[in-house]
Amino acid sequence: MTSVFFLSGVVVWVAGALACLALWRRPVEARRVGCAAALTGSLLDLVGSSAALVNGSSATIDLHLGNAILSWAIRIDPLSAYFNVTLAVLASAVSLYSFGYLREMEGRRNLSAFGFFFNLLLLSLALVFTASNVFFFLVAWEVMALSAFCLVSFEDEKEEARKAGVLFLVMSHAGTGLLLIAFLMLASVGATLEFSSFHHLASAMSPLWQSAVFLLFLFGFGVKAGLVPVHIWLPDAHPVAPSNVSALMSGIVIKTGIYGMARVFFDFYGPTPIWMGTVVLALGVVSALLGVLYALMEHDLKRLLAWHSIENIGIILMGFGAALMFRALDQPNLAALALIAGLYHTFNHATFKGLLFLGAGSVVQSTHTRNMEKMGGLIRLMPVTAICFLVGAVAISGLPPLNGFVSEWLTYQALLAGFGTTQSLTRLMFPIAGSLLALTAALAAACFVKAFAIPFLALPRSEQASNAREASPTMRAGMATLAVACIALGLGATWLIRIFDPITQQTIGVSASSALVTARGMALSPGTPHGGTISTFGMALIFVFAGAAFALPLALRWRRCSVKGPAWDCGLPGLTADNEYTATAFSKALRLIFSALYRPRREIQAEYEVSPYYPSAIRFESEIEPTIEKHLYEPVKQRVLAAARRMRAIQAGSINAYLAYIFITLIVLLLFGVRG
Amino acid sequence: MMERMVESAAQLVLLVALAPLVTGVIRTLKARLQTRRGPQIFQPYRNLFKLFRKGMVIPQTASWIFAATPWVVFFSTILAGLMIPMVAADAPLGLIGGALAVIYLLGLGRFFLALSGLDTGSSFGGLGSSREMTISALAEPAMMMAIFTVAIGAGSTGLTEIAGAAIGQTWRFLAPAQMFAFAALAVVLIAETGRIPVDNPATHLELTMIHEGMILEYSGPYLALVEWAASIKQLVLMTLLINCFWPVGLQHTWFGFGALIGIGWLLAKLLLLSCAIVLVETVNAKMRLFRVPELLAVAFTLGSLALVSTFLF
Repeated sequence: MTSVFFLSGVVVWVAGALACLALWRRPVEARRVGCAAALTGSLLDLVGSSAALVNGSSATIDLHLGNAILSWAIRIDPLSAYFNVTLAVLASAVSLYSFGYLREMEGRRNLSAFGFFFNLLLLSLALVFTASNVFFFLVAWEVMALSAFCLVSFEDEKEEARKAGVLFLVMSHAGTGLLLIAFLMLASVGATLEFSSFHHLASAMSPLWQSAVFLLFLFGFGVKAGLVPVHIWLPDAHPVAPSNVSALMSGIVIKTGIYGMARVFFDFYGPTPIWMGTVVLALGVVSALLGVLYALMEHDLKRLLAWHSIENIGIILMGFGAALMFRALDQPNLAALALIAGLYHTFNHATFKGLLFLGAGSVVQSTHTRNMEKMGGLIRLMPVTAICFLVGAVAISGLPPLNGFVSEWLTYQALLAGFGTTQSLTRLMFPIAGSLLALTAALAAACFVKAFAIPFLALPRSEQASNAREASPTMRAGMATLAVACIALGLGATWLIRIFDPITQQTIGVSASSALVTARGMALSPGTPHGGTISTFGMALIFVFAGAAFALPLALRWRRCSVKGPAWDCGLPGLTADNEYTATAFSKALRLIFSALYRPRREIQAEYEVSPYYPSAIRFESEIEPTIEKHLYEPVKQRVLAAARRMRAIQAGSINAYLAYIFITLIVLLLFGVRG
Repeated sequence: MMERMVESAAQLVLLVALAPLVTGVIRTLKARLQTRRGPQIFQPYRNLFKLFRKGMVIPQTASWIFAATPWVVFFSTILAGLMIPMVAADAPLGLIGGALAVIYLLGLGRFFLALSGLDTGSSFGGLGSSREMTISALAEPAMMMAIFTVAIGAGSTGLTEIAGAAIGQTWRFLAPAQMFAFAALAVVLIAETGRIPVDNPATHLELTMIHEGMILEYSGPYLALVEWAASIKQLVLMTLLINCFWPVGLQHTWFGFGALIGIGWLLAKLLLLSCAIVLVETVNAKMRLFRVPELLAVAFTLGSLALVSTFLF
């Protein structure tokens, strides 16, 4: 059943992509067909993959078309099925949203091309998660990168879109290069290129090669995932894309890196030395913290969300790193707990980040700006968008009872349990990571107070914001789907945790869910003796009961004796948008506290006519220093350019010289050949 | 199930009834120490009663967030309060959440409070929200370090287990790890409840207020809810501190004569902690805002020391 649904999903996506090309001059039909195909394909994929996940079975589809090196083999095992479900849930909501979102672009942009690449992206994502042959995987990986590139720089009349697209492509290919080397090194140990024969294959390598291949995989997949320090393309590329593409990019495209790591580290590698887990955990902590710190300084709504993707990838990798460490320490149950924490957060992040990007898309479409300082008061004009965005904001801040809280809680529990597993000083990593996770989560909450309050609350700060209109019905439906998913993943945690059993069975060899659920399926426990418990469902139940029994009746009664009045404006004549706290002001305190990292620069120029007390115009400029770009990438870039300048000496342009080079190369190669 | 309901109801009553009294006692003691007469200790009850009977003014600029916030804050604080051991080590809603859930539920309340501060459009609200979120974020690592230490000692983040492990070990708080963790949490308590030297709960001076800035636009019953929630939050954090570190008098269950003894001990310990808070508030001046991170860094260092001393001593 899984194979049938999965294949029909693939067929629908292919058909959708081709149909969009066929409708080249008919944008209305191209939009409808493209979105409908994407939606249908996603729903088919959802049915097929959920069946595989619930049954815990694997399905193999081999069309016997390829050869020994490139076989088009598809294998849907529990891990693949899990990422496919994530993809399908997000993609169906985004496709639904796109019906309305793309209407705005009709006639102005080539929607046929958009529909083509959109379906191609979904197709390649599904294949990346299921390809079971090295070269098939890399082909799908490249198609994904290229279709994502085309979608990111879709609005190619903007310079920033072109620049971000190229940066994405360069980084992505650098990552693919690392992956190619790593896969070939790994495959040289085994006899075939099929993933099915790769299980624990890395253990057959010498420790040095094992480490080298591990690092190649970590950074190769890390580029796509947005791991610090190879994240630099992400905050540029995600915001410039159309918002439905941003939702897919942040929600699922970066998760292909996470999938790759899960596949390689837990399937292809057996128990690894502990330092590998420590490195992943440490990089996770750094990514999470830097991601949120830079997000706090952003006033571009979509760029802010992009930085938060880096933060959440960090949180996911904290789970993965802890899982690797536990496997090294021979603690399979804890490893399962940590892996579940990471995987759960992967799904959760897909839902709430997808939701937030869709919400941001509605806001940007109706205000025509990404700058939060020009928004405000949208909660009255766009009530549904506002409430969906609020759900996403609460979820991403890790606040109960929504899904972000559940996965962060699982991560805390894994880190807490880690302290007792070893006597070496490595164990200090766990509590330090835990407290920095707490800092990250609290800063994320601060950031989302800003990201929700500045655009949606108080008074509109610009003409565009006061003329904003609510998103179209399909857009609202797309957002509502993901909001419901956030709530369901939060409240239904004890029921959903069971789907991880086949995955942990496959990767670590234990089933954890029975230990993770206590109190007749009502509460979640870390599975360690005396572990604390949480029940998000119980919390929600109490909130709903208290709200219905007390809040509603009393609020209605108090409403009768309340009057509307002006807010305190210090006695000035009326409160205007100029009095409001801005996003810059909101993050000022943190900008000063973390100034060692940000190195903020600000410039104020005032023009006077009469006296310095009455400036006629003030120009204010403030920026922070991109530390990693400046200190890590800039020197490399300078070296590469310098080397290129030096190489110019041998590039004289004379054909004789070039022939000589070719001749010399040939001789050197021949000498090598003779020696070998 | 029935027992849980009774326990929850008893603790609920204790929480909502006792919280204003603690606030009142602290105010009166503080006044006495500063050779003022001060209000009676029951004044906070009168204030709440008065506010609940008044009408309210809702800012024209505010949205439904402004009206929803007092409820979210009130309910999430109470829910957190039902997850902590007060009289008996067995927290009534211990199954629904432990130490982490308490912190995050308080975080939920703070999140909405900060939103409502920005909702009115007045700059004081935004100022308060910005500062509150900043300070609480910086307090978080110290709090988590201390909780990790305590949880590692008890092998759980469940507060029932933490308090249960501490019962009978009256002098355990003299262990170095416990003392460092206590000091870290005490600093966090001061920061989280908005007390001097971090925030001044009595001020309405615009340049210095944090919590009062966020709730400046509230009036009538909503103000009562927010202030009540603030004093419940203070009670919750104080109880958490005394019961985790100094569990003397903590009972095993809510039922029987022991509960009265438990309540007696709780009141005595709360009074002692209140005296300590009053002393700290009286001998310190409010810090400049940008000195607060240093204080919280000290708390984090104390928390780390606590953790290290769990395996050094």
